[in-house]
Amino acid sequence: MTDAVASHRVSRGPWATALRRLSRDKAAMVCLAVFILIVIVSLLAPAYASWANTDPFRSTLDATVMIDGQEIPVMEQSTEGLGLGYTPIGPTWELGNYFLGADNQGRDVMARLLYGGRNSLLIAGASTVITILLATVIGLAAGFFGGVTDTILSRILDVLWAFPVYLLAISLSIVLIAHGIDLGVITLEAGSLWLPIFIIGIVYIPYIARPIRGQVLALRRSEFVLAAIGLGVPEHRILLRDILPNVSTTLIVFVPLMLAINMLTESALSFLSIGVQPPDASWGTIIQDGQGLLYTRPWVALAPGLAIALTVLVLNVLGDGLRDALDPRSKIRLGGD
Amino acid sequence: MTAAPLLEARNVTKQFVIGNRFTAQGLRTVHAVDAVSLKIMPGETVGLVGESGCGKSTLGRCMTRLYDITGGELYFEGVDITTKTLRQMRPLRQRMQMVFQDPYASLNPRRRIRDLIAEPLRVHLRLSETEVRDRVRQLLDVVGLSPDHMDRFPHEFSGGQRQRIGIARAIALEPSLIVADEPVSALDVSVQAQIVNLLADLQERLNLTYVFIAHDLSVVRQVSTRIAVMYLGSIVELGSANDIFAKPSHPYTQALISAVPQPDLKKAGERKRIVLTGDVPSPINPPQGCRFHPRCPFATDKCREERPVLTEMAGTRSVACHYPLTA
Repeated sequence: MTDAVASHRVSRGPWATALRRLSRDKAAMVCLAVFILIVIVSLLAPAYASWANTDPFRSTLDATVMIDGQEIPVMEQSTEGLGLGYTPIGPTWELGNYFLGADNQGRDVMARLLYGGRNSLLIAGASTVITILLATVIGLAAGFFGGVTDTILSRILDVLWAFPVYLLAISLSIVLIAHGIDLGVITLEAGSLWLPIFIIGIVYIPYIARPIRGQVLALRRSEFVLAAIGLGVPEHRILLRDILPNVSTTLIVFVPLMLAINMLTESALSFLSIGVQPPDASWGTIIQDGQGLLYTRPWVALAPGLAIALTVLVLNVLGDGLRDALDPRSKIRLGGD
Repeated sequence: MTAAPLLEARNVTKQFVIGNRFTAQGLRTVHAVDAVSLKIMPGETVGLVGESGCGKSTLGRCMTRLYDITGGELYFEGVDITTKTLRQMRPLRQRMQMVFQDPYASLNPRRRIRDLIAEPLRVHLRLSETEVRDRVRQLLDVVGLSPDHMDRFPHEFSGGQRQRIGIARAIALEPSLIVADEPVSALDVSVQAQIVNLLADLQERLNLTYVFIAHDLSVVRQVSTRIAVMYLGSIVELGSANDIFAKPSHPYTQALISAVPQPDLKKAGERKRIVLTGDVPSPINPPQGCRFHPRCPFATDKCREERPVLTEMAGTRSVACHYPLTA
């Protein structure tokens, strides 16, 4: 037998195997690197702002900028028609000096883009955590305990599910954004970043809780769970040791996909002015700022748009890679095994 | 055998309700186990045999209370466990364990062997981690696996090795009763013999009582002291293994035994093969009277109308037939 030879080999667990598979997926690794880069650059927003000596949250209509030794006002007076309107300057393509130009308040778009990215990522990340946590708890409880628990939880999910996501998110936002929430335990002030986080976190729960519940339902009837009951293992231990590890791969695959979806939702809400509130920036709010300048200064809207598209793209490819790596039936073969 | 039974089933019945009340067929009841009475004595091995779908696995799972039973009573070590909840059953499970048929499905693929075998120890006993580790090593050794395999995952083992892991887990708490649900039917024949020998060896060492569920009569004959033959949810014949194989009383038992492959060619020529006609009736709609009458070569009008009960004959033999063959 080969056992004698291999007996001291350290056995690779399912997690280590998945990680190895993922590390061999070039597209996924590139996307992971790009995503990490986006996160790091966004986190450096305050550093960039202080280095560029600009305040991205204050109107600076009378500021000036040095280009090729010439001092030019940030807001250029229109030369057409009656000459009444002002147009912000376009991209200088010079880092730290209105790289992407200014918006209609005379603020540095590049600095706002970085701050906006920070907020967009924060909202997407925090709402993903909320969605995954709550959906896992609901899915596990409904699938494992069944009966009345399942009926109640599933009907609640059905109610959430019955609304189109954006309709629900928009309605909740419109109601809550002006007044905030006061639930006694949790108080979220109007204009707080936690409002969009909370709203986005809630609306996607059924999309994860449902499949988790289905998986738990199947695992509940699996022979190894029956065996655990036969061994006299308490229910909470079965849930944590036998069931949760077997749904965790699904949860992990959902994370990058939820990040992407949540980021899109946040941008949509912010674009409709019911997400991140001014003067705070997010990629959605910057697009809205740029909407009126689309013909003269397209980069104001284009830059955050491209940022969203790139981030969502890399997250999706990463999600696909993760799914391939974690799926035990995946066809990818590893050399050396 | 006059001692108190380790496990006693009195008229145990298990019905499953299937279907949907809103469809044309509506809700249907599957009579999986139908009023089975059986006493398991300490130290013996009772073989439960029957065709697929006759309710033997369901009966096994009812006896260990993995399923709630629909009717009847169950006693384990004299204690009524008929209506005990899962939580109330937990302490009793130290002395009552199960080995499952499918060694691939019954081990959690995401846990290491060490944790799988240690699970009952951690749940029931207060041992230090070093004690648990030593015990797991010892158990692996007992079932014939190398303690070096502790840190591996189930997918790295063959079917026979996995079944050994399942057995190690079942004997970890030194139970008095093990219900083995077709423990060898998923294995290769050569591996079957190893596992059967291991089980026999453990029985001697640990003073175990087995309920051995199988559809392979030659395996059952080898391990069992007594045999219960099941047909469509009921026991049709019960008796010592040797008696039943030598002289089956129930026509169904006779047919089953005649189907066992005979390795001795001379004897095989003499043997009369009884081939049953028809299929096993659906347990949703079992036949009136004797459940076996549609397929029985000796059926009379009485069989079609009146259902025979399991009655004791000479010695330890019981048969549920109006016209037993050995009367």
